[in-house]
Amino acid sequence: MWLRRQGCLRPAGCGVEELRRRRREREAALRKARREQQLISKRLLRDDAPEEGEGGCVAVILGQAEIQQFLQLAQRGTEEKERGRALVSLRRGLQHPETQQTFIWLEGSMRTLVGLLTSNQALLQLEAARCLHELSHSEQSAVAEACLPATSYLLTYLSGHSSDFISPHVTVLEALGYALSQLLQAKEAPEKIIPSVLGSTLPQHMLQLLQPGPKLNFGVAVEFAWCLHYITCSQVNNALLITHGALSTLGLLLLDLAGAVQRTEDAGLELLACPVLRCLSNLLTEAAVGAVGEQMQLRDERVVAALFILLQFFLQKQPSLLPEGLWLLNNLTANSPSFCTSLLSLDLIEPLLQLLPVSNVVSVLVLTVLCNVAEKGPAYCQHLWPGPLLCSLLGTLAFSDTEVVGQSLELLQLLFLYRPEAAQAFLQQSGLQALERHEKEAQLQDRVHALQQTALHS
Amino acid sequence: MQLPPAVHARLAGGPGAAEPLPVERSPKAGAAPFRFTARQVRFPREHEFFEDGDVQRHLYLQDVLTQVAGAPERPRVPEFTCQVAGCCQVFDALEDYEHHYHTLHRNVCSFCKRAFPSGHLLDIHILEWHDSLFQILSERQNMYQCLVEGCTEKFKTSKDRKDHLVRRHLYPADFRFDKPKKNMSPATPRATVQVSAEALGAEGEQVEGDAMEVCSEPAGERHTAGRRKLWSISRTL
Repeated sequence: MWLRRQGCLRPAGCGVEELRRRRREREAALRKARREQQLISKRLLRDDAPEEGEGGCVAVILGQAEIQQFLQLAQRGTEEKERGRALVSLRRGLQHPETQQTFIWLEGSMRTLVGLLTSNQALLQLEAARCLHELSHSEQSAVAEACLPATSYLLTYLSGHSSDFISPHVTVLEALGYALSQLLQAKEAPEKIIPSVLGSTLPQHMLQLLQPGPKLNFGVAVEFAWCLHYITCSQVNNALLITHGALSTLGLLLLDLAGAVQRTEDAGLELLACPVLRCLSNLLTEAAVGAVGEQMQLRDERVVAALFILLQFFLQKQPSLLPEGLWLLNNLTANSPSFCTSLLSLDLIEPLLQLLPVSNVVSVLVLTVLCNVAEKGPAYCQHLWPGPLLCSLLGTLAFSDTEVVGQSLELLQLLFLYRPEAAQAFLQQSGLQALERHEKEAQLQDRVHALQQTALHS
Repeated sequence: MQLPPAVHARLAGGPGAAEPLPVERSPKAGAAPFRFTARQVRFPREHEFFEDGDVQRHLYLQDVLTQVAGAPERPRVPEFTCQVAGCCQVFDALEDYEHHYHTLHRNVCSFCKRAFPSGHLLDIHILEWHDSLFQILSERQNMYQCLVEGCTEKFKTSKDRKDHLVRRHLYPADFRFDKPKKNMSPATPRATVQVSAEALGAEGEQVEGDAMEVCSEPAGERHTAGRRKLWSISRTL
């Protein structure tokens, strides 16, 4: 089930160092683009250079007549291979933006393509899917919008086969998910596209494709999970998604991911984990959560266990995703005594503390989660001290980052309030000296003084 | 990061929520100069919090698309024929055969031999085409059900159903699950088994039934990849 696509196409004669360097360059370019709000620019995905590995074939500009010719041949040709070749030629043309434009304005072209996406012949279906991939890069939203009506139809057709796991169908589903994810990232998506997607049966289809089990295909799930993320973070109508059972589906998928992480060292699982975490975190903030029935909510303690297994995995393979995992943990624990209790009963405080040294962002999030637990009162703080927490806090007080120290102070206040004995221990472990360091810091001094008073009077 | 064994055990266990410890807050908690309040956080799409994850996603896409642009690898096997009676399609890749079988032979109506993309659509077809009770009932109540799984709407006529598919489920106005073009290589000989909308055009309601039917590759035409010439030669002998 968790088939991982193999690594990138490796140019001949490329050493590991060279690959790493190129990857760093690509990463830097993407970061820059995102900050300039350009990340969804499709050009970035194409990398300007013509496709590698096919003997230097360059994208050609096709005119209307040529496109029509290829489409006709693909649709009505008598030899399967001939029909396939026509689509290959079309696809090469579609790598060029001019051809893309000509294609989408040509009457009936999308319809023909969609027909080929449900062809009885595997090769044609595959090639059609690759054409769809190319079209998804068009700068014109008209393409993606043309996909929208077809998507419902295609999903009905393809979902009927989901139990059979037919490879070309899977490819088409992936291409469809990808095209949809491009569409959903458009600037006008929240006003125009997302409402109409939400008004259709697409959300149910998408959630169905994310159900864990033998029918789940990893590549397909990745694409549709990202689609769901673009929808949820746009905050158009998340309540609707909740009524469709999004929380329980995604929760179960999270459990499945954690199980997969335990079984294999595969480093590709974070590709799916990331959008799932984001969707869950954002959906949990909806007021609608309280309004739906038991089974629609997310109360399962196993989610906490799964999350920590994923955090451990991230620490090793993808530390940049730790903040996202901790964000979910915050949203789970903030208003939930039950989840806070789970953290304590499953002995997860110490593992949490082990994340403190990773980065300032991670530290702040860890401390926030601990505050979520501590603020619930004495019954909770009883489990926080005695224990390793105090020692860790003395450590974070030595950090230079104001936000980390500030959050440490908040936690100390709660701890001293609900567990006064901890204040005494704090004094004995040179806590006052640790506080003194920050007496002059504008953002911190009031809280530092308050704590000093509390400790001294304990 | 060391996780206690209880965590793995819990994941493997059954669903359930922890019985919460009693909550008891003091008004002093988070009071000035302190400020902590437990609250959930949401991030909008452009937030910098998502930067790392987005960059990883795009790196992945760049890799994938480089592969998509390359030629697909299709492992070949010695040629073999489809074993279903009356079908002579030849294959040299298992994937192609699997696809062919599931699209043309898996969900076949035992009454009229039409093939459908899924069991769901086949069931609807049998009900609407081969069940005499259906016709009787449909005179009095809405019997034509929406084709989209999960939608519970039913309609008086199949045309109404089609309008619903277009309006509510955003199907394109002229979409069908069969091969649509009537002028599909008229010069090429086709067996009479092929079903097209036009052939049944005279039959009124029945035409709409075609909207969900997969047109089978005509069983009469021996359509093999690269083997056509050999076959037509042998036919004339």
